[in-house]
Amino acid sequence: MRSRRQEIRRFLVFATIPLIIFTVVLLVPFFRGIYFTFTNWDGFTATDFVGFDNFVASFNDQAFWASLGLTLLYVLASVILVNAVGFGLALLVTIPLRGVNFLRTAFFVPNLIGGVILGLIWQFIFGQALPVLAEESGIPIFKENWLLDTQTAFWAMVIVTVWQMSGYMMIIYVTALMGIERDLIEASYIDGASNAKALWYIKLPLMAQAFTISLFLTMRNSFMAYDLNLALTGGNPYRTTELISLHVFREAFGFGNFATGQSQAVIMFLVIAIVALVQVVLTKRLEVQR
Amino acid sequence: MKRAKRINLFFFIFASVLAVFYAFPFLLVLLNSVKGKREIINSPLAWPAEFRFDNFIAAITKMDYWTALGNSLIITVIAVSAIIITSSMLAYYLARSKTKFSAATFLILVASMIVPFQALMIPFVGLFGQNGINLPLNQITICIFYVGFGVALSTFLYHGFISNIPYELDEAAAIDGASPFTTFRKVILPMLGPVTATVSIINGLWIWNDFLLPSIVLSDTDQKTLPLKTFVFYGKYTSDYGLAMAGLVLSVIPILIFYFVMQRKIISGISAGAVK
Repeated sequence: MRSRRQEIRRFLVFATIPLIIFTVVLLVPFFRGIYFTFTNWDGFTATDFVGFDNFVASFNDQAFWASLGLTLLYVLASVILVNAVGFGLALLVTIPLRGVNFLRTAFFVPNLIGGVILGLIWQFIFGQALPVLAEESGIPIFKENWLLDTQTAFWAMVIVTVWQMSGYMMIIYVTALMGIERDLIEASYIDGASNAKALWYIKLPLMAQAFTISLFLTMRNSFMAYDLNLALTGGNPYRTTELISLHVFREAFGFGNFATGQSQAVIMFLVIAIVALVQVVLTKRLEVQR
Repeated sequence: MKRAKRINLFFFIFASVLAVFYAFPFLLVLLNSVKGKREIINSPLAWPAEFRFDNFIAAITKMDYWTALGNSLIITVIAVSAIIITSSMLAYYLARSKTKFSAATFLILVASMIVPFQALMIPFVGLFGQNGINLPLNQITICIFYVGFGVALSTFLYHGFISNIPYELDEAAAIDGASPFTTFRKVILPMLGPVTATVSIINGLWIWNDFLLPSIVLSDTDQKTLPLKTFVFYGKYTSDYGLAMAGLVLSVIPILIFYFVMQRKIISGISAGAVK
């Protein structure tokens, strides 16, 4: 055992600087932010305690509910589609095909590029390229600019999200698929399992951990989506495609409602924390102990 | 055997079509970046009538490309190095000390990973802006912020790795008279290569592409990073698609080069980071 003095010395040498930075940059703003939600803070000073007024104001704010609802739908659609497509791609690129590395690269590359640039690229695709394509090929679905209508603009965001994130999840699923012992799969074939059965009864349970991680990552990223939302739709038409992140940003920095905006950000944090906890607990249960 | 071959051919064609779909937006932007304004609007899908590179020359001056690229590089390199140093040291302390305090600290770090930046950005402005402690809004400040946000995940990754390094190595070094810091620097640090690769790639991609934090912190146009510049530029010249396309291509090129040089490391870094 180390003496108390040694322990303190080690702490001073290794942990002080990182922990001071972490505290000042993350913990202090976090708790200060929670404190501000109970005051009439205007970005400069907080003169009065107002109890739960800011939360009441948020709950009475129709636009906030609309944005929160839209975000939940967006998260749900993204989590399902990103992981379905990502897993499909993983199955595809683990077949011994020619040029597999090239294929993996093609699926993965959108992930390297930031949401803002991707949003701007797709703004051009939906606004200029696809309408012309629809006209020339006679496929009517892309005839109108998808970004001009609330419903299609929402799906445009989901499409770009799937395009961006599925490659990342593919990598995680590929790693998990390759990590399964070949003997187990061969044993199942000898016992007469079909490809589908081997996938369902052997591979899926053994890679449940990859699902826990991928679902968590997709969920977290799509809850916090800001760049793509800003660059692709900017919340238009008429602020109907504003996800919660952009909504909070505009509430505070656009309209100067700092305390209300902060209370909405805290609600956002709570929603993420609860959903993440439930998801991780549920999918952890499906994991096989080896 | 023949059947299996035919099925593989089918999958190969299917996968290739999908790959073309994935690459389609990039190809289209690249194709249009060498066209004139009118040609882009009239025929965005056609092969360029002639390849003209004046869009690129104009875009480089208008978005102040080299400055923005330099800023992005400086911030990414400094912030990632700082994250590596701070979190490997913190992880070493936490992994080797068995006190209640260090267990609690580790728990707080892990829990902090689900705090979205959006819940911090509003108090941030009050705390560090003109009415708070008025930090200079420059690259060093933003790097410190990145350390604050990145240290939790990176410490977590290092912690998992260091816990598997036998404690006997520390003891042997101590018997030879090494101080804790020398032990860390000479014995532990050289073994951390694989995690350091993961940590640099995960943090590097995040910081390079980050938009929200620099958009709040960096107000001086000389200090703006590449994602900020692309956006500002787009807003101003939306009517001139040629410039916008060239700007997008220019913003994408550096990260693509990085990817093709480091491909293997990036893929293994991401899968290692996720499995932890």
